[in-house]
Amino acid sequence: MVMILSEEQQLLKDSAKAFLSESAPISALRAMRDAGEDHMPELWTKMSEMGWPGIVIPDAYSGLEFGYVGAGVVLEEMGRTLALSPFLSSAVVAASLINQLGSEQQKERYLPGIASGELTAVLAADETGYFDLSSIETTASASGDGYVLSGNKRGVIDGHNADLLLVVTGGNDGMSVFAVERGAAGVSCETRLIVDSQCAADITLDNVMVSGDALLGSLGGASEAMEFTIDVAAACSAAEMLGISIETFERTVGYLKEREQFGSKIGTFQGLQHRAAQLFAEIEVSKSAVLAALQALDANSGKRSVLASMAKAKCSKVVRNATEEGVQMHGGIGMTDEFDIGFFMKRAAVCRQAYGDYHFHADRFATLRGY
Amino acid sequence: MENLEQFRAETREWLEASCPEDMRQPMRSDEDQCWGGRNWVFTSEGQKLWLERMAAKGWTAPRWPTEYGGGGLSGSEAKILGEEMARIGARRPLSSFGLDMLGPALLLYATEEQKQQYIPDIINGKIRWCQGYSEPNAGSDLASLRTKAEDMGDHYLINGSKVWTSYADKADWIFCLVRTDFDCPKHEGISFLLFDMTSEGVSTKPIKLISGTSPFCETFFDNVQVPKAQLVGTLNKGWEIAKYLLTHERAMIGGFGLAGGGMKGMGQMAAAKRGTKDGRLRDASLRSEASSFEIDEMAFGLTIERITDETKAGQGTGASSSILKMYGTELNKLRQELFMAIGATDALNFDTDSKGALVRSWLRSKANSIEGGTTEVQLNIIAKRILGLPA
Repeated sequence: MVMILSEEQQLLKDSAKAFLSESAPISALRAMRDAGEDHMPELWTKMSEMGWPGIVIPDAYSGLEFGYVGAGVVLEEMGRTLALSPFLSSAVVAASLINQLGSEQQKERYLPGIASGELTAVLAADETGYFDLSSIETTASASGDGYVLSGNKRGVIDGHNADLLLVVTGGNDGMSVFAVERGAAGVSCETRLIVDSQCAADITLDNVMVSGDALLGSLGGASEAMEFTIDVAAACSAAEMLGISIETFERTVGYLKEREQFGSKIGTFQGLQHRAAQLFAEIEVSKSAVLAALQALDANSGKRSVLASMAKAKCSKVVRNATEEGVQMHGGIGMTDEFDIGFFMKRAAVCRQAYGDYHFHADRFATLRGY
Repeated sequence: MENLEQFRAETREWLEASCPEDMRQPMRSDEDQCWGGRNWVFTSEGQKLWLERMAAKGWTAPRWPTEYGGGGLSGSEAKILGEEMARIGARRPLSSFGLDMLGPALLLYATEEQKQQYIPDIINGKIRWCQGYSEPNAGSDLASLRTKAEDMGDHYLINGSKVWTSYADKADWIFCLVRTDFDCPKHEGISFLLFDMTSEGVSTKPIKLISGTSPFCETFFDNVQVPKAQLVGTLNKGWEIAKYLLTHERAMIGGFGLAGGGMKGMGQMAAAKRGTKDGRLRDASLRSEASSFEIDEMAFGLTIERITDETKAGQGTGASSSILKMYGTELNKLRQELFMAIGATDALNFDTDSKGALVRSWLRSKANSIEGGTTEVQLNIIAKRILGLPA
């Protein structure tokens, strides 16, 4: 596969960049936070008008069928401005899972709504707080024509604002996925503010009755689709972290060229130059990791999972480094709330945890590589 | 696209028929490389045949023009050739500073006559080249070099010495930086000369390294006469050629960061040695180090691919060789450290036979971040040329 963006992908990236810097600058995030809100519904409406929620959804379900590289370039730009939206959680991750697992009828039912942005869905899988999908205890028991679901899901980001929960159940039968209305009887959400000004929801399912067609795919048959979904989530969240790294780095280099101490620009100091150069090289390397992982998703290649975990692990490390150096090189002002650089560190902390952290993916990578 | 598929099919067929069996085995050590040259003794009939067959097609230098004996392949075709060679584990038929460093500079800066004279013998491995760059007092600060070339009318008279000349004792010719003007800023009085290592007044002395091997030499020039036709490019403008050539050298050294073809991954190697429990490498700490290393190794390999593709598409950045050099050599040093960790006390064996190869290779790797411009020099280049940080 040629590792450059196609003309269409580049155009999408450019237009995403232009739109986001206009409509979702950091100042918008700051204003949202200062107003005590935790999401940006108007921004999502504008993104929906441009068709973004349909980027990975097939044409047959009113999507743009533009692929994961397309989603990745948009997410990279979102990372640069820290735009908050359900794009990754609903339009990319949840839509991919439904598309993998759902029957024709279920896809018809959910995907066009997700593609238009009117319906938002979110994956409710983890119960441990560290994305350990091997210890899912939420159960589904058959009851009449449907099922009764019970269990607790932890830390579902923006889960309280989603319309549809993709609830993963475990047990001896294996993994299954149910599409559950967030407003269904027995579903309750407890939200907590997290570091990047969003909220995470701890969701309790207390004997939630769902009909038989809420089950996506077969009972206990979700493992393969979940693996694919983890790959999607990992690669795409890596793309967002890449954007955060690039933007933080560019701002930091800009500061090195401006700030004077000891009678010189601090960018003349070799101690800082070398660290900046090192970080630049790491970001270049993570760019390749992300692009390869996204391309492998589009090609559904055999290396898909290895590349996705590689990209998530690599970008988690690099974004940590980039945001840490960002604050450090800005010095005292980098620690102030008034200055924007801290926002990047906060979002990075959330992205690093989302859909499995460095350790999860380094471990998965090793397992996939046969050790 | 159809043409490329056809090229792949033909290449695959030709390689299957032409690559000798022993040239499809992974290299066990540096000793298995074929360097060519006047005095080369082939280690096997297969090695000889493989070089001859590949050179005849110009595939030792797949992208060089056919008029000088190169393969004349497009970027996409060369990539396919590389993939098809990797598929059967084919060794590189010829390791050569002529191919990796001098040739690209000659193609850009040499006269037509010089190209005709030197390039075919690089491609067919008839002449082995060495690089006369560093001097005892010109290491990282290469441009302060003082080896002197005096204009004697019909020839230059060379006096001075070089150091860290890789394989100078085995090379047939040298490409050499000399000072032709002492009365100007240091970058502006340097010229680029080619000459035969059997010329009168040239002598070499191998330098024994901490690894116990001697891949480098001191090289001395005592009144060496070099015909003027062997100057490449413009007099006193050799620094430009030197820098261009260095970008190729750095890309080559950076390639050390890639995983060896046909080799097991680091983690699997560790698992084979230390054992597994429930399918996982028994030593959890080593497992996480191996995984971290393989993640970087894979991402680095993809970066070489991406930069190659971008360059082909005209989107490349000029200083990418510095990124690859810095990253690749640090990665290779880490690889050697992990080999040592996996080999544990057995790996300390310093015997001159293959039992000592591991520790020698580990020691040798420490030079990777020094030779061809240190890691610190590469970081300076990235900081100044790419990031535009102030001096």
